[in-house]
Amino acid sequence: MKPINEVRSVMTPLNRKNIDTDQIISKEFLKRIERTGFGKYLFYHWRFQADGTENKEFVLNDDRFKDSKILVAHDNFGCGSSREHAPWAILDYGFEVVIAPSFADIFHNNCFKNGILPIRLRVEEIEELLSKGQSAPHALEVNLEEQTVKGEEGKTYSFEIDPYYKQMLLNGWDEISLTFQYEKHIAAYEKQHA
Amino acid sequence: MAKTIIEKIWEQHIVYEEQGKPDLLYIDLHLLHEVTSPQAFEGLRLAGRKVRRPDLCFATMDHNVPTRNLPTINDPIAKKQITTLEKNCEEFGIELADMEHPDQGIVHIIGPELGLTQPGKTIVCGDSHTSTHGAFGAIAFGIGTSEVEHVLSTQTLWQSKPKTMEIRINGKLGFGVTAKDVILAIISKFGIDVGTGHIAEYTGEAIRSMTMEERMTICNMSIEAGAKAGLISPDETTIEYLRGRRHVPAGEAFEQAAEQWLSLATDEGAEYDTVLEINADEIEPFITWGTNPSMGSGISARVPSADDFENQSDKEALKKALAYMGLEEGTPLTSIEIQHVFIGSCTNARLSDLRAAAEVIAGQKVHPNVTAIVVPGSRTVKRQAEEEGLDSVFLEAGFEWRESGCSMCLAMNDDVVPAGERCASTSNRNFEGRQGAGSRTHLMSPAMAAAAAISGHFTDVREVRLAHV
Repeated sequence: MKPINEVRSVMTPLNRKNIDTDQIISKEFLKRIERTGFGKYLFYHWRFQADGTENKEFVLNDDRFKDSKILVAHDNFGCGSSREHAPWAILDYGFEVVIAPSFADIFHNNCFKNGILPIRLRVEEIEELLSKGQSAPHALEVNLEEQTVKGEEGKTYSFEIDPYYKQMLLNGWDEISLTFQYEKHIAAYEKQHA
Repeated sequence: MAKTIIEKIWEQHIVYEEQGKPDLLYIDLHLLHEVTSPQAFEGLRLAGRKVRRPDLCFATMDHNVPTRNLPTINDPIAKKQITTLEKNCEEFGIELADMEHPDQGIVHIIGPELGLTQPGKTIVCGDSHTSTHGAFGAIAFGIGTSEVEHVLSTQTLWQSKPKTMEIRINGKLGFGVTAKDVILAIISKFGIDVGTGHIAEYTGEAIRSMTMEERMTICNMSIEAGAKAGLISPDETTIEYLRGRRHVPAGEAFEQAAEQWLSLATDEGAEYDTVLEINADEIEPFITWGTNPSMGSGISARVPSADDFENQSDKEALKKALAYMGLEEGTPLTSIEIQHVFIGSCTNARLSDLRAAAEVIAGQKVHPNVTAIVVPGSRTVKRQAEEEGLDSVFLEAGFEWRESGCSMCLAMNDDVVPAGERCASTSNRNFEGRQGAGSRTHLMSPAMAAAAAISGHFTDVREVRLAHV
């Protein structure tokens, strides 16, 4: 997993609540047996019309956000299915940070396993960011070490993150290797419950 | 100190705990299917790791499998996913109920059928509807593929202790009101993210009088309220369901296990972080009209209007949902016509669900504008239904009688609702495109879906049933 700390880019405003993982990656793309290559299918049915042409109204098709690494959305992002293809698609497309007032639990967990930083900010802060980002391209500077998001005018938002997952992301650790260090505890548990 | 069942099971499974870290939890049962496991097995191979406890894993094929013309799979990518699971199970020594196995079925239907699902267990699967198994008094939750790999390698997961929630259903259910109506009403009343960060326990008189199959329907949709898991304290109903099943202990060992299972029930006076209450008598047969499971109403209602909502973003969400669903504000729900009926899924494809639907349609014909399919939840359900003659009831009415699988719940196989068409579905999600790009899904109980199949529009099943009496 690639370590993540500082991310600077224009934010992509996606002003919708309850964006479910079926929208993030639709089921017809879940048949692949690889972890990679899902980016081109991200938000597929919002990005493309039924005839395969681009939906010009959708924010991801706006060239001003083409190199964005930061997605900002509304409440309960990633609800629904547990499919990890959702964070795989987000990362493969080029987003490294997702900012929202709240995330669904399984999606939130899945982000940490893939080096994506999910940031929770207060609803008012998200609405402020979305409104700025929708009126003109707005650059953000995310710093995980400091737990801050800085806007263009220098306005700084701070966020909370579980210290365990913070270390995991900062160091790009492989969680399974870490867990192997607790092998004797697992073996003892199994012995006791055999 | 009085404890909830959630705390009891959690504490029994802590392998390691340390301040500032999630708990390392032991996992008792790991269920696998073809869609969310291939990358996990590949990860093991790349790192040269093995499966720590293949004996605690069980696999089947459900998401992708065709429901007719078995065993031919036309889609080469889907076929590769199926053969990949076969190879992985063989290589790592995991028991597999493959496409033609008599035990095959939707993973959340066969776990309980085989007695793999038991009270007090921690159960995971790369599927969010793993919450179904909570009906037995287990902590059961969906995980991503990285966590599937973690469980395969270590039989554990790092998990932050969730908050506890009680969802109490007061009083008795009215005539014609089912478990599906109860859970849809709960989600509609409290919202699709009310359970975030929580494990929910369902309590109250209505729950206690439910069968295990009804309890599974309730727990199945916990995730649609945002709760990672939902469960119900075990009681005699739980014990009697489990007695004699293949993977539960037999004889004296069963009685001992039963005693231990019953002791897991939430203690009198235990406190929850959050308590929600709903009165059974405020619940009527329910259907969804929007694009998430909380967008639903009792069947006697109309499609809501923007004026019904105060908040601007809720008004906009309603407009977006109705535009997608092709519905006008204020339309009576019973006037909405449908083209498809799907009776199936891990929510409602057990024997009692098929019986409830068959009872409504017996001796009648599916409306000429409607294509209706029944997809039993497992091979076992299909066999049992055929022994009772339910297949004939469905076939004579004009339903198609299919092989088991997830099918049109998520439409990964060929069972797809065409764009712009409307489906009365007993499944669990009505998200945009869920049953096919542009498809319009309305969630409801098997009896309600059956009533709609006959009339061609949404229908209050209570009226149909009263007419039968």
